[in-house]
Amino acid sequence: METYALLMASTLNAGTVLALAALGLLINEKAGIVNLGAEGMMLCAAIAGFATVVHTGNDWLGFAAGMGAGAFMAAIFAALVIWLGTNQYATGLALSLFGVGFSAFAGIAYVQEKLPERSHFSIPVLGDLPWIGTAVFKQHPMVYVAMALALGLIWFLYRSRAGLVLRAVGESPESAHALGYPVRRIRLLAVVLGGALCGLSGAYISVIYTPLWVEGMVAGKGWIALALTTFATWRPARVLLGAYLFGGVTMLQFHLQGMGVDIPSQALTAMPYVATIVVLALISRNPTWIRINMPASLGKPFHPGS
Amino acid sequence: MLRFEPRAERSRLWTWASPLLALALTVVVGMILFAALGKDPVRGLQMFFWEPVKSSYALGELMVKATPLLIIALGLAVCFRSNVWNIGAEGQFVMGAIFASGVALMADPQSSRFIVLAVLLAGTAGGMLWSGLVALLRDRFHASEILVSLMLVYVAQMVLGYLVYGPWKDPAGYNFPQTKTFEAVTLVPRLMSGSRVSMGLLLALAGVGLLWVFLFKTRAGFAQQVGGLAPDAARYAGFSSRKALWTALLVSGGAAGLAGALEVAGPIGQLTPYVPAGYGFAAIIVAFVGRLHPVGMVFSAILLSMFYIGGELAQSRIGLPKSITGVFQGLLLFCLLACDTLVMYRLRWVRKQGAQ
Repeated sequence: METYALLMASTLNAGTVLALAALGLLINEKAGIVNLGAEGMMLCAAIAGFATVVHTGNDWLGFAAGMGAGAFMAAIFAALVIWLGTNQYATGLALSLFGVGFSAFAGIAYVQEKLPERSHFSIPVLGDLPWIGTAVFKQHPMVYVAMALALGLIWFLYRSRAGLVLRAVGESPESAHALGYPVRRIRLLAVVLGGALCGLSGAYISVIYTPLWVEGMVAGKGWIALALTTFATWRPARVLLGAYLFGGVTMLQFHLQGMGVDIPSQALTAMPYVATIVVLALISRNPTWIRINMPASLGKPFHPGS
Repeated sequence: MLRFEPRAERSRLWTWASPLLALALTVVVGMILFAALGKDPVRGLQMFFWEPVKSSYALGELMVKATPLLIIALGLAVCFRSNVWNIGAEGQFVMGAIFASGVALMADPQSSRFIVLAVLLAGTAGGMLWSGLVALLRDRFHASEILVSLMLVYVAQMVLGYLVYGPWKDPAGYNFPQTKTFEAVTLVPRLMSGSRVSMGLLLALAGVGLLWVFLFKTRAGFAQQVGGLAPDAARYAGFSSRKALWTALLVSGGAAGLAGALEVAGPIGQLTPYVPAGYGFAAIIVAFVGRLHPVGMVFSAILLSMFYIGGELAQSRIGLPKSITGVFQGLLLFCLLACDTLVMYRLRWVRKQGAQ
């Protein structure tokens, strides 16, 4: 039983990485922008966060640095895509390629660095409950932040006026523009916010999840997060659920390895990627369903007054 | 204030001036980066733009790296021109290398010289298999080709890892994760002695001619591109978008697979975990910087090859990490996308501003 509690706990932890990034990307996509640069932003945020913690010893400053790095890169992306009208796919790809290169370059001095041992978190009383205490209530605070973020997003998108405006910008920028909303500035805000969350996710990876720096350590999680928004048909609660599901797939791999199952380790490592492909194919099978749920202007440029 | 004003039509001048301006911007940023790291910027530039061309041996090495970049980019140009976003050429390259190695490992010293053809064909088939999967999932299940092709890069790397750490590991290789070195008969013949340049370069140049004819002189090539430029017009004309999808992915996968085969049966000579060198991703930049034009991509492939060699030299001669290559690659694509605005817009000085 205790093993499963630990598996559950590590699933939530792994899911948090994906959830933070995917919720950020969800905000982008609700505003009509696809940012394929998630992987690059997360990598740069991971090294920014890691380096900050190495020098200051403060995890929260590390998170802040990661968010800053993500937001800064997203702002450059936004300037190109929104004001210069460049192709969103190509620009996002450029961001990813740049991020992969730049993080490897900047991180070279930190490859051998180690972070100090962390104290374990536990919520008073709840953390002492049998099974569920270990499974759910002894997590890093960021795990609960991700959950709260999902709930907050549900409220924001479907209950608040600002959320309605954001969705309007994503569904029909022309109408939102005609109503007098500053479409481009709203999109900029959404992209920067999304970048900050991707950055937070990246910093969480290098500071808490696997506290070290290795070149390319995000290992495709940015791309899986991008796929998650489609899996979830652009709904925050489903994004969170999907993130935990994929966190589970990632953890199952280590679990099976630990049990000494006779499968090549590479097959296990490939599991999350194969699972992404399979689920993506299953979800996309019905194009009408996707079209109904997808923000209508997703990926399309908007030029006011043209 | 400065304003962007839409042009009536695409500027032909800026279509080709924009990559040059982007390169100039990248060089300026690079020099600032060198200076910030306390290195002599001029010496830094020499590593990238002078050392790779200063001797005939260096030129040969430049071609060795430009060959796979060009071959992959030629295939990707077909994809991007038909608006199919295959960004997983790296995985198709690895799969090609694996399939080619499978054939090469079956050879013995008595094998016929023609086995080289089988090696190259196997590599091409491997790449096509991998990109065919993308086409199948996109065609039958409407799954995004961007995400599927990218995910398959990771899967291909795992397959490679499994083979070189497992069944294909050289028993006499001191437990290094690599296959035995291939028999000499399976290797692609070199063009001349004293340089590692192989027949692959000729294949790449033949590919340039083939692509030019296909794109600009055949009806099939025209039909292929209309779908990318104007999907509605293509449908009206009866051009099949499914056929365009399959063609684009199979051509680009096959090209990437061939490049992978040429690489393992050429400069590397065995299958190792270091086969994926990022050529599949760099080729995306080659394709865009070369304007998706067969001849343009010859120049951009050489440029990106310079970045690779410059990075290696910067590491060995002035002590900068090799990954500076990736920084410059990303910067170049960024600058290019920004400069491309000038193709569609002109900058105008406007004295008084109107509404936004």
